[in-house]
Amino acid sequence: MTTTLEAGEVSGRKTGFRQVVVQLRHDRWAFTSAIVIAVFVLAAVFAPVLTLVTGQDPYTYHLSALNNSGAPAGFGGGISATHWFGVEPLTGRDLFSIVLYGARTSLGVGISATILSVAVGVLVGLTAGFFGGWYDRIVSRIIDVMFGFPSLVFMISLTAIVAATFPRPVLIVLVIGFFGWPAVARVVRGQTLSLRERNFVTASTAMGAGSWHVLIRQLLPNVSATIIVYATILIPSMIGVEAALSFLGVGVPPPTPSWGRSIGDAIAWVQTDPLYLVFPGGALFLITLAFNGLGDGLRDALDPRSRGKLS
Amino acid sequence: MNHDAILSVDEVSIAFTGSNGAARTVVDRVSFELAPGRVLALVGESGSGKSVTAMSTLGLLPPDATVTGSIRLNGRELLGMDAARMREVRGGQIGTIFQEPMTAFNPVQQIGRQVGEAIRAHDAKIGRAAVRSRVDELLVSVGIREPQRVFRSYPHELSGGQLQRAMIAMAISCDPVALIADEPTTALDVTVQAGILDLLRELRDRLGTAVLLITHDMGVVADLADDVVVMQAGELVERADAQTLFTHPTAEYTKALLAAVPRLAALAISDPRPTDAAEPADTRGDAGTPTVDETPTAVLDNASVRYAGRGVGARGVLAVDEVSFGIRPREIFGLVGESGSGKSTIGRALVGLVPLSGGSATVAGVDLAHATRAARRETRKRIGYVFQDPASSLNPRFTIGQCIAEPLRLHTTQTPAERRARVGELLDAVELGSGLANRFQHELSGGQRQRVAIARAIALHPELLIADEPTSALDVSVQATVLQLLRDLQSSFGFACLFISHDLAVVHELVDTVAVMHDGRIVETGPAARVLRSPTDAYTQRLLAAAPVADPAGQRIRRDEWRALAA
Repeated sequence: MTTTLEAGEVSGRKTGFRQVVVQLRHDRWAFTSAIVIAVFVLAAVFAPVLTLVTGQDPYTYHLSALNNSGAPAGFGGGISATHWFGVEPLTGRDLFSIVLYGARTSLGVGISATILSVAVGVLVGLTAGFFGGWYDRIVSRIIDVMFGFPSLVFMISLTAIVAATFPRPVLIVLVIGFFGWPAVARVVRGQTLSLRERNFVTASTAMGAGSWHVLIRQLLPNVSATIIVYATILIPSMIGVEAALSFLGVGVPPPTPSWGRSIGDAIAWVQTDPLYLVFPGGALFLITLAFNGLGDGLRDALDPRSRGKLS
Repeated sequence: MNHDAILSVDEVSIAFTGSNGAARTVVDRVSFELAPGRVLALVGESGSGKSVTAMSTLGLLPPDATVTGSIRLNGRELLGMDAARMREVRGGQIGTIFQEPMTAFNPVQQIGRQVGEAIRAHDAKIGRAAVRSRVDELLVSVGIREPQRVFRSYPHELSGGQLQRAMIAMAISCDPVALIADEPTTALDVTVQAGILDLLRELRDRLGTAVLLITHDMGVVADLADDVVVMQAGELVERADAQTLFTHPTAEYTKALLAAVPRLAALAISDPRPTDAAEPADTRGDAGTPTVDETPTAVLDNASVRYAGRGVGARGVLAVDEVSFGIRPREIFGLVGESGSGKSTIGRALVGLVPLSGGSATVAGVDLAHATRAARRETRKRIGYVFQDPASSLNPRFTIGQCIAEPLRLHTTQTPAERRARVGELLDAVELGSGLANRFQHELSGGQRQRVAIARAIALHPELLIADEPTSALDVSVQATVLQLLRDLQSSFGFACLFISHDLAVVHELVDTVAVMHDGRIVETGPAARVLRSPTDAYTQRLLAAAPVADPAGQRIRRDEWRALAA
C-alpha cells in the first residue's frame, strides 16, 4: 500500500500535478473518460442519497410492478417515474437502485483489488529487477507459474472452501488481487532492468546512495507513469473478474447488488425484458471504456518529454 | 563550373514538414560538385544538415522531406526520378558506407551472402559461382586478409574494422562512379580508422571513384579530403581545397571550428622498446610515486578486475590486469586507450562500482575493496563522477535542480532552502545560470547537460573527480568550452582529476600526467608532454601515429610514420 501511495506522490511532484490536469483537459477523449469515471464514483458514493429521490432501495420487493408471469409490467421493463430503470423480474426490486449500489460493489472491489496487486507487483518487480541474481530468478519463475495457473478455477474453489463467516467482499478482493500482481510485477521488472543500466542509476550509486535510495528516488519515479497507466487499465479488468465471479454465483452473496450477478440473471430474461441486461451491462461497459480512455490519456500526460518546451 | 563533375548538387534546399504543417528548412541552397578521383569532405557539427544533404542524393529521405534544386549524376537529374531508375542508381552508380558497421549488416546472414546480394540486385542473370568469385575478389581488394573466413562469418564474429571493410566491398561491388561515406570511421578506434582511411584513399586512386566524405572530425578531413565544404545550420559557409582551408580559412565559422580542434604535438618517434619491457615496477616508479611530501589522492596498486563469465567453469574476461598508478592532489591524470582497453573499468573500480579481483584501490586513504559499506559510501562523498553520455546520466524525471541537489540530499543535512541556494551557486559555477534549475534535462542541449553533470559532481567539493569520456558525445566547439570549464574548475577548486578518454588530442590539451592502456595493462606512463610527443612504447607510438591531426601537411608526416610502424 505504501508503495503505491509513494508512487503517486513522487510522480505528482516531479511532473507537476497541475500540468498533468491541464494536459488531460486538452485531451478530449481522456477528459470525457475522467468525467464518466467521476460520475460513476460519485453515484456509488452517494447511492443512498440518490435513491432517496425516488424513495427506493435495492432490497424491497415490489410484486405489484410485475405481471402474472413474473416479468415487469409496463414499457421497457417497467420504467416509470418511481422506477427509472424499471424493476427486476420475479422480485420487482428497483433496477436503478440495484445498478447504483452495484457500482459500489464493482468499483470498491475493482479499485481495492487493483491497489493490492499494484502494491505487491511494484514491490516485487522493482526489487527483482534491481537486485537480480537468485532472488530475481525465483521471483520470475513464480510469476511464470502464476500466469499459467487456472486462476478462475482456483478462485471458485477457494470461495467455496473459506468459512462463510469470513467477509465475502474482502475475500473477493484478496483473491482477485492475488492473481493480479504477477502482471504488474513483470512489467515493472522489465522497466527496472532497462533503467538499472542507465547512467543516472550508476551515478547515484557512485555518489554514495544506498540501494533503497536508488529504488525509491531514482527508479520509482521513472516507472511511476507506467504504474499509474497500468493501474487505470487494471481496474476495469478487476471489475470484470468480480462481475465474472458474481455471474458464476461465487461473488458477493445475494442480496448485495452486483453488476455481474444482475447480468447473469438478465441472460435468462433477455427475450422478454432486454433492458434488464442493458442497464447493468451498459454500466460495466461504460466504466471499462472510461478507465481505458483515461489510462491512455494519462500515459501521454505523465511523460515530461511530451509536454515539449511549453512549460 | 567544373565540367568533369560526376555528381553536381545545385542550389539544393531541404525542408521537413512538422506535425503542425509548418515547414522547417534544414538545408538552404547548398551547391557542390564531386569530381572523379577526388574526395570532397562535407564538414559540420551535428544539426548542420550534412547527412541529410548526402542522403538526398540517394533519395533516401523520410517522406515528410521536400527537396528543391537540382541533383545531377552524369548530367541526369536525380530529383523526381522514378523509383525503379533510382534503385539502379543506388548501389549501382552511387555506393554508400554507413557510420555503424555493426548495425548496418543483417545479423542473421553471412557476410559473403550480403555482399553477394548487392551484386545480384543489379545483375539478376549473374551465376552463383560468378557471384562467389566476385565477392572473394572484392573482399581481397578491401584488404581483408582471410576472405574465405570472412565470407562465411556472421556480423557478430567480426571486428568493427573488418565489418567496415566488408561494407566498403559491398559499396564498390558494382563499380560505382561515386561513393558516399557517412562518418565511416566515427564508430571505430583510431588505429582501425587509419587503416580504413588508407583504404578509401587507395580506392580513390585505383578506381578513380569520386568520394563524398561526411564527417565532423577535422583530422579525418586533413587526412583524406581534396576539397572541403563547410556547413553550419543548413548553410554552406565555406568551400575550398583542403590545403587552403586549413592554412587560410576565410569564414569566421571555419576559423572558430579549427581553433576549437584540440591539437597534438608533432611526433618524435624513437626506436621502440619492446612492449613487454613495460613491467609494472617500472610504471609505478614513473608516476605512482609522487613527490615525497604529498600523499596521493587515489592509488591503484596492482589492481585487477575480472568480469565473470557465464556458466560454470567460465574464467571470465580480465578487463584490468595488475595496473598501478597514483594521482596526486591537484593533478589531472589522463588515462587513454582504445575501446576495450579497460580504462572505464578503472574509473568504476576507483568508486567501488566494480569489485577488484586482485590488488587494491585506495581513495583518500580508504581501501575501497576492503572497506565496510558505510566507509565506502563515506568515501564516495569525496569522489565526483562525470559520465560520457550526459543525457542518460541525469534522471529524466528530475528537474536540473533536483539532479544537482542529489549528493547534497545524500550527504548533508541541509534544508531545502540551503540546497536551493547551493544549486544556484553550482549552476553559476558551471556558467549556466540558476534560472535553469526548474528545467528538465530533455530541454537542454548536450553541452548544457554535461555542465549540469559536472555541477553535480563538484557539489560536495570532491577530492577526486573522475571524468569518463566527458566530451566524446559533444560537438567539437562545445567540447572546447566544456574542457575549458573543467580546467577552470580544477584550478579554482583544486581537486585531483582522473580524465579518461580515447582522444589523444583532448588528453594532450588537458592533462599533466598520462597513462596509456592496452588490453587491460598500462603500457606507458609519464608526463603528458613527454609521452604524447616522444613515446617509447611500440603500442603508444602506433596509437599516436594513427591519430589524425587537423593539418594536411602534419597529417601526411604522421601517416607516413603510421605506415612505417604498421609495416
